[in-house]
Amino acid sequence: MSQPSFLAVYRPGDSVLHHARVGVKVGGLVAFSLVVVVVRGATLGLAVGGAMLALAVVACLVGGLGLRASLRALRPLLVMVVALGTLQWVFYGPSAAAETALDLLALALAATVVSATTAVNAMLDAFVRWLRPLRAVGVRPERVALTFSLAIAALPGTLALALETRDAARARGLGRHPRAFLTPLVIRVVARAHETGDALAARGLADID
Amino acid sequence: MPTIELDAAGVTVEHGDARGSSRTILRPTTLTLTERRVAVIGANGSGKSTLARLLNGLVTPTTGRVVVDGLDVARHTSRVRRQVGFCFTDPAAQLVMATCVEDVELSLRRSVRDARARHRRAMEVLDSFGLAGHADDSVHTLSGGQRQLVALAGVLATDPSVLVADEPTTLLDLANSRRVGDVLMGLSQQLVLLTHDLDLARRCERGLVVADGAIAFDGSADDAVEHYVASVATG
Repeated sequence: MSQPSFLAVYRPGDSVLHHARVGVKVGGLVAFSLVVVVVRGATLGLAVGGAMLALAVVACLVGGLGLRASLRALRPLLVMVVALGTLQWVFYGPSAAAETALDLLALALAATVVSATTAVNAMLDAFVRWLRPLRAVGVRPERVALTFSLAIAALPGTLALALETRDAARARGLGRHPRAFLTPLVIRVVARAHETGDALAARGLADID
Repeated sequence: MPTIELDAAGVTVEHGDARGSSRTILRPTTLTLTERRVAVIGANGSGKSTLARLLNGLVTPTTGRVVVDGLDVARHTSRVRRQVGFCFTDPAAQLVMATCVEDVELSLRRSVRDARARHRRAMEVLDSFGLAGHADDSVHTLSGGQRQLVALAGVLATDPSVLVADEPTTLLDLANSRRVGDVLMGLSQQLVLLTHDLDLARRCERGLVVADGAIAFDGSADDAVEHYVASVATG
């Protein structure tokens, strides 16, 4: 029942990062991302990219993630990094490719640290707090927060449905047929969404404000 | 025990085609449920699930009305839902948060505003289901039985007075379905249990057999099971 870890799941712990306020962590992540994205250029971009990656690795260690778990979290991204890096290499040369790769890895690692050291509920509470001023213009903070958490939760569930549907298509010898895979998958995902909606309504979560 | 009343409550679905044809899912049904544990059995597609969904307003009757402890379900839906918990067949659809404790906390968001108190309460609830050790585990890593127990914990955390369970043990192996069954039978809440597990159904005080969108039998759980088995045998 192993799930591909596209998303870092919260790992409880007692590190400085676990105890830091959500606002500090998210703010830090925003600042971090801005630096990574804004600073460009042949040597400067490369140096900053490397430094930020190093910083992200240090954050992983401080957050108690360990190097192996951090690398595991990055594995799904590696394919994309390699593909993008190759394209960049062809069009813009090796230093641009290296910078893109470093930047992507640094961003992904930093985001992983924040997710791994912040409980989803703490994140939701923070969102609700931040959105509260917007209540005046008709935004319903609890609902927005719930939507975020549903989107996060839907990813592994949808992936599991996709794997099951693929196996079912293969078992019938229809492995190469996109329609034999996509049609049932879409139907099942929509059916799951209906069920989840019913479950939310039944738990009285559809009308929280 | 709360009182659940169906007053000629029925559900008809319009097909929306030119001829204006419609299909009856549940014929107008009148029932009063006051027993602590009520089993609802019957074939797939007989209307059991629709009957269950009427009780907390997931389905609105097209005729008649449903009243839970004096509250009309169609008019006071959110108040009724706070009283009537609902447990689904597939816990995967019901568990929306990543970890067990977070899912229980989600249920408590309305009733316990303070985050720390909410966490403490959620841990107590998990502990009462023997799941405290799995509090921070991802819901995807649990066994089917544990997942159904977490789903139950999430529903019962807000202390509803009625629990409607729609085939809660259908996806479980023997050991897990016994465990979930024992938990259900030990609840202080009024239980309306839809099930294909006839042994579990027999442990209830009252049994309803649903067939072709109507109540075909209403009596003691033992008699209901016998009626259902006989109806299948004779076709």
